[in-house]
Amino acid sequence: MWPVRKLTERVTAALFLTCAGIAVLAVALISLFIFLRGGPVIAEIGLGKFLFGTTWQPSADIYGIWPMIVASILSGLMAVTLGAAIGLLTAVFLVEIATGPWQSLLRPAIDLLAGVPSVVYGFFGLTTVVPLIRVLFGGPGNSLLAAVIILTIMVLPTITSIAVEALKAVPNDYREASLALGATKMQTIFRVLFPAARPGILAGVLLGTGRAIGETMAVLLVAGNRPRLPSSLIDPVRTLTGNIAYEMAYASGMHQDALFATGVVLFIFIMLLNLLVRFVVRERREN
Amino acid sequence: MRKHVALLLMATTLVLVLVGCKSGAKDKGKTLTIVGSTSVEKLIISLSDRFSVANEGYTFDVQAPGSSAGVKAAIDGTADFGMASRDLTQAEKQQGVDEHVIALDGIAVVVHPDNPVSDLTADQITDIFAGRTTNWKEVGGNDQEILLVSREAGSGTRSAFEELLNLIEDKQSLIAEERAIFAESTNSVAQNVQDKVEAIGYISLGSMRPGVKALAVDGVTCTVENVQAGTYKITRPFLLLTKGELTADMQAFLDFILSDEGQTVVIEEGFIPVK
Repeated sequence: MWPVRKLTERVTAALFLTCAGIAVLAVALISLFIFLRGGPVIAEIGLGKFLFGTTWQPSADIYGIWPMIVASILSGLMAVTLGAAIGLLTAVFLVEIATGPWQSLLRPAIDLLAGVPSVVYGFFGLTTVVPLIRVLFGGPGNSLLAAVIILTIMVLPTITSIAVEALKAVPNDYREASLALGATKMQTIFRVLFPAARPGILAGVLLGTGRAIGETMAVLLVAGNRPRLPSSLIDPVRTLTGNIAYEMAYASGMHQDALFATGVVLFIFIMLLNLLVRFVVRERREN
Repeated sequence: MRKHVALLLMATTLVLVLVGCKSGAKDKGKTLTIVGSTSVEKLIISLSDRFSVANEGYTFDVQAPGSSAGVKAAIDGTADFGMASRDLTQAEKQQGVDEHVIALDGIAVVVHPDNPVSDLTADQITDIFAGRTTNWKEVGGNDQEILLVSREAGSGTRSAFEELLNLIEDKQSLIAEERAIFAESTNSVAQNVQDKVEAIGYISLGSMRPGVKALAVDGVTCTVENVQAGTYKITRPFLLLTKGELTADMQAFLDFILSDEGQTVVIEEGFIPVK
């Protein structure tokens, strides 16, 4: 006979395990489902034709997603580059430079930015960014550039808040030692703090990339969704996520399977990014 | 540890069993089988839902492999009703199938209100969407590149538009994608046309809204009356097809669809009532 305390202990542990199991089960089921639906159709179309084909014509059963892969990578990378530059400098300002009133204004503003629903970003983009691009650069306005601008704003909170934590985690000794050696504040920031906080900053950037590539609704509204390779920044593009969300409602048969196959490609992208994040975070722990 | 694994398995099984335990369909009562067009499917499902509320004991088996399959199913009797979203061909009519028009679907071709063009022929619209006409001045408008606003592949409105204006060949869409932007809903098409003076798009007439201008086609303005009169060209009928004598159950459903209540559902779904 178990004492009651031990029994409670066991039951609680089992409950926790069950809860943890739900997450694992969900991931496993989702992966299984996507790969089962999307896998066969990739084999049917041919991996090369599917990945590198430049024509997407579901009515004629021609499925090539190269333009969408390019659009996802281009918009993701450009947005993260811009977002990282702005986010990092914002983080530096917040942690190292800003005083009371700035602190109390900026932090909540950034947190608020993170909480805005993506469809609102999209609507903002459609009604302000798109017309602005039309006026400044011509073209339809719905474009790669519009997607990049909206995504940049959207990845800012992720990159900034993680960079803030990373900078805060740098021991004060580093700052004091650097300043004591006669380095200026800027030299300290760029030569001492950045290298020390590098793994954290990098993890934030990678998470931001994941967010940018995975974002759907906002991009759907501003990108123009043309399934062709863009020849300039102001050409409309369609991303991988956009392709799925855009056509899923009415797709059936092979068309639907091809959208799941698009999901497979997206899934692999995101998995690779997450592996990279884990790798970077582990590097930080070991340091 | 082994106990934990066993517990986890039990919990998982429990979840799966609970999820699997959907309430079984009621078997009693009449089942009506309806097969055909994907475009009509959504409307028929709404109609059958409404019908089932008022008349207990009916279940509906609706499948949507396409208009042609619907015609075939009605002719060989594998379905009670066939659904079609196009006029029947001469060959199909000769098989002795009865057509019941339950709704109409008109597609409005829309431009920005400031666009001086207000009347185009069907051929001109085809040329514009196929990318053969690329500047508004070629059809009497301003000197400006035309921007197409289209729906996604698979959209019912798009396939109807393509069929009615000969914009599909060997199942390949002829819409000039390199001149188009793509919007995910009727509202989004309308918003894009409203924002862009050089744009031209198409939306279901049932979803027409202020802020965009509907073009007259071959001189006939795009109105509900003209669609009902059959003079507006970009129109298609939604048909239910039957063969031979109707059973009482089939007659009841058909009567419901053509009643005021049924036709209200037609309007709610964004289509045009028969009368």
